[in-house]
Amino acid sequence: MTRYTAVTDSDRSAMLEAIGVASVDELFAEIPAAVRRSEPLGLDEGHGEAEVYAHLRELAARNTSVEDEVSFLGAGMYDHYVPAVIDMLMGRSEFLTPYTPYQPEISQGGLQVMFEYQTAICELTGMDVSNASVYEGPSALAAAAYLAKLTNGRTRFVISRAVHPHARETLTTLCAGYGMSVSEVPLTDGVTDLAAWTAAIDDDVSAVFVAQPNYLGAVEDLEPLIAAAREHGALVVASADPLTLGILEAPGALGVDVCVGEGQTLGNRLDFGGPSFGFFAAREEHMRRMPGRIAGETVDVDGRRGFVLTLQTREQHIRREKATSNICTAQALNALAGVVYLSWLGRRGLVELGEVLVQRTAYARDQLTALDGVSALHSQPVVREFALSLGLADLAAVRRVIARCAAEHVNPGHPLAIDYPEYPDGLLVAVTEQRSRADIDLLVDVLGRAVLAERAGLEAPHGGGEAR
Amino acid sequence: MSAGETAMQRDRAVTIFEKGQPGRRAFSPPPVDVPERPLDELIPERLRRREPARLPEVSEPELVRHYVRISRRNFDLDSGFYPLGSCTMKHNPRLHERVAALPGHARLHPLQDAARSQGALALMWNLERALAEVAGLPHVSLQPSAGSHGELAGVLLTRAYHADRGENRRTVLTPDTAHGTNPATVTMAGYEVVKVGTNADGGVDLDDLRAKANTDVACLMLTNPNTLGLFDPNIEEIVQVVHDVGATAYYDGANLNAVMGISRPGDMGFDIVHFNLHKSFTQPHGGGGPGSGPIAVSERIAPYLPRPVIVRRGGEHSNGSTREFELDYERPKSIGRLRGFQGNYGCFVRAYAYICSLGASGLRDASETAVLNANYLLARLRQLGVCELLPPAYDRICMHEFALTGAPMKQELGIRTLDLAKRLLDYGYHPPTVYFPLLVDEALLIEPTETETKETLDAFAEALAAILREAREDPEIARNAPYTTPVRRLDEAGAAKQPVLRQAL
Repeated sequence: MTRYTAVTDSDRSAMLEAIGVASVDELFAEIPAAVRRSEPLGLDEGHGEAEVYAHLRELAARNTSVEDEVSFLGAGMYDHYVPAVIDMLMGRSEFLTPYTPYQPEISQGGLQVMFEYQTAICELTGMDVSNASVYEGPSALAAAAYLAKLTNGRTRFVISRAVHPHARETLTTLCAGYGMSVSEVPLTDGVTDLAAWTAAIDDDVSAVFVAQPNYLGAVEDLEPLIAAAREHGALVVASADPLTLGILEAPGALGVDVCVGEGQTLGNRLDFGGPSFGFFAAREEHMRRMPGRIAGETVDVDGRRGFVLTLQTREQHIRREKATSNICTAQALNALAGVVYLSWLGRRGLVELGEVLVQRTAYARDQLTALDGVSALHSQPVVREFALSLGLADLAAVRRVIARCAAEHVNPGHPLAIDYPEYPDGLLVAVTEQRSRADIDLLVDVLGRAVLAERAGLEAPHGGGEAR
Repeated sequence: MSAGETAMQRDRAVTIFEKGQPGRRAFSPPPVDVPERPLDELIPERLRRREPARLPEVSEPELVRHYVRISRRNFDLDSGFYPLGSCTMKHNPRLHERVAALPGHARLHPLQDAARSQGALALMWNLERALAEVAGLPHVSLQPSAGSHGELAGVLLTRAYHADRGENRRTVLTPDTAHGTNPATVTMAGYEVVKVGTNADGGVDLDDLRAKANTDVACLMLTNPNTLGLFDPNIEEIVQVVHDVGATAYYDGANLNAVMGISRPGDMGFDIVHFNLHKSFTQPHGGGGPGSGPIAVSERIAPYLPRPVIVRRGGEHSNGSTREFELDYERPKSIGRLRGFQGNYGCFVRAYAYICSLGASGLRDASETAVLNANYLLARLRQLGVCELLPPAYDRICMHEFALTGAPMKQELGIRTLDLAKRLLDYGYHPPTVYFPLLVDEALLIEPTETETKETLDAFAEALAAILREAREDPEIARNAPYTTPVRRLDEAGAAKQPVLRQAL
């Protein structure tokens, strides 16, 4: 008996007697001896709650979190403030512990949250319909690709090189299975090169993918990119950063077919990369090819308003090999955080937060590019993140600079050359509302000195600088 | 349930978008503490949003009250028995929430330098080793986000394995008892599904398998114990047939909770296994996720694993071991990423805490108790005469769950499995899984899990017996159930015909 089970010796005797066997072992008699273990697993024995807590606490202490340094890391996940109400609501048994709502009469809370979430995502993105969440950002983009494949059966995808490298790689991984090829369009001054984009698209192209803002923090001018795809009947998929959509035009208003993205910035913590959620919203014509759970409004036998999982004939448990996706468990609890966060921000808050981000980010960009030898990697408008060129020789030098900053408890950002060798001294810097002017001034001071020291060839402090 | 609570729960549903007033908000924006520049200078107007998103405008108290009230319209595992077959609704220890929320875990950026995320990498390494031991396979990737994502990883690994050998196979075998995710995954990975039949004992029909196993088969996907809750005693031969034609054997770990520490997929001969951390390893299900679906693989599949993989540096660390663990991206044969970053780390923290709590014998105890509880519940249902109307689909010792057929009940009492399930709601239980597996007529799939007491199992058996007694007298009671829930039976057909998928504003 462990602390999570309750069968006492006398329970066990009574239970075995009711079953009509002499021992628990007999219940496993059908497992062939050759594949049945008598020896214990090669794992430690169990520990008490306090010991387990202490061990997990010790592991946590070996990590440098955003509470331990002044961090400007972004590149896909961002240290925005998560309000306390979210911890409280996500921790409630009623939201934390149920399964997917297969019995709607006793799952109205979760189903209504999904319905509200779908409404919020539609409002944010300007799209007609949203599902109730997918796993996370990059796989959401790949899911949109599969929708396109089902829609038009064409053979090729075209993706901007400024889409998050993880999303580009995920798309390539997943579409290898069903035999699509992917063409990548290069960048000019930090944004998708319109001429190359237009040249890459022909009538074989199933869908095109662009990010807003893109991985380099740059705001793309979506309209001509969309128009070029429309000319050849390709679906347009935009991967948007939801927290910038108080400032930037909604992709839906510009006519994209599918808008997807990473939902972490909407009330989810960093968690070293997950769980967060991916959002997936589309124009109405694509509704019946969407992946995943969708909640819909209906009435009960007494005419009372209620919610159910709907359009289930798309899904794997009904359609099996003809399903529009294999997704089953998604990210309901994280999507709850998303809709609570958007309600907490509210209509005006979303815009006001966006304005704070734009102003502080502009300030940081101005200050940092005033440093000797440091320049903006592109001249595009930015919201929360921007790319710098540090005026150094290579990635190794950038890593040494990051290590110098780390020694002063500042994390200046993410080196671009890991995924973009064409930007050997690139650094991606993110400024959330949790980084004050004083933090930015500290970054300017510390990074400035670190870059100077690197140029002077001083020995770098020990340890660090190889994040990916 | 008190009268007051019932009244609250049965209020007309009002969404957050229908509440509040213009100007209200729960958020106070931080100051723009930098020299402000005109917005037009920073973001040209033509790129900016014209119509604001019509988000709710509510104060914090309104926000809290709204979500707390609607939370009470959910049934949850902490308040009641949840014997939902195939879902392993075992207790979720709150310790796991506490440790996952430690800032060193919860507020760790996924791109933090390896030297400064050694605790996280060590945790993932330790979890990988533990899962490898449970699977009986040497290599693990934690990256997949859920079971179906793990399945997709597994079939793509199979594709990469065959492609590397210059083979282009076209089909994947799945039993007709398989979860729907299996055939759906096969299609998404670009293969065709070939179904394998079930024999009279509820296992794989070996003759049918032999007839369909050929060199066009890339893989067999199998759940064992299967979705009927039955362990297939022919498992060694099944895997042999598949291996003989050069195909891989994939183990769907949805039902691993029956055999942890007792029988290992790797020892059965499987090449690839996925785990559902939100089932066997008790990550809370959150009303539909998050989940986590790590995979374990054999040596021959390992080169193709998703990247990055965690590696432990060998040898001495003269520098104080600050970089014992690394993320390795240099994997030339890797299928590549399946998602961003390293997977659902928050789920790893919880699963790892669970494994630390239970240890080797605790995991085995969990599985033994899950199987004991399932068989006991079945025995109680027999004793109470429930099985006369709801007999087991296959009359054998079951594993962690068992499938009943409601066909006799439908014929004799005129109520369907759905009616029985809906009436259980009034008795305060979450119903078992209904109408799955598909090959069982009027199926009821019951999985009590190991964390329930004998008293709970007894009471649940009595409730089923009571519903049948009641239906014998008046079947209309069950046919019109439930009565006590926040809403009663809902018009699902209408919802699908005229979809209303968002609040009209």
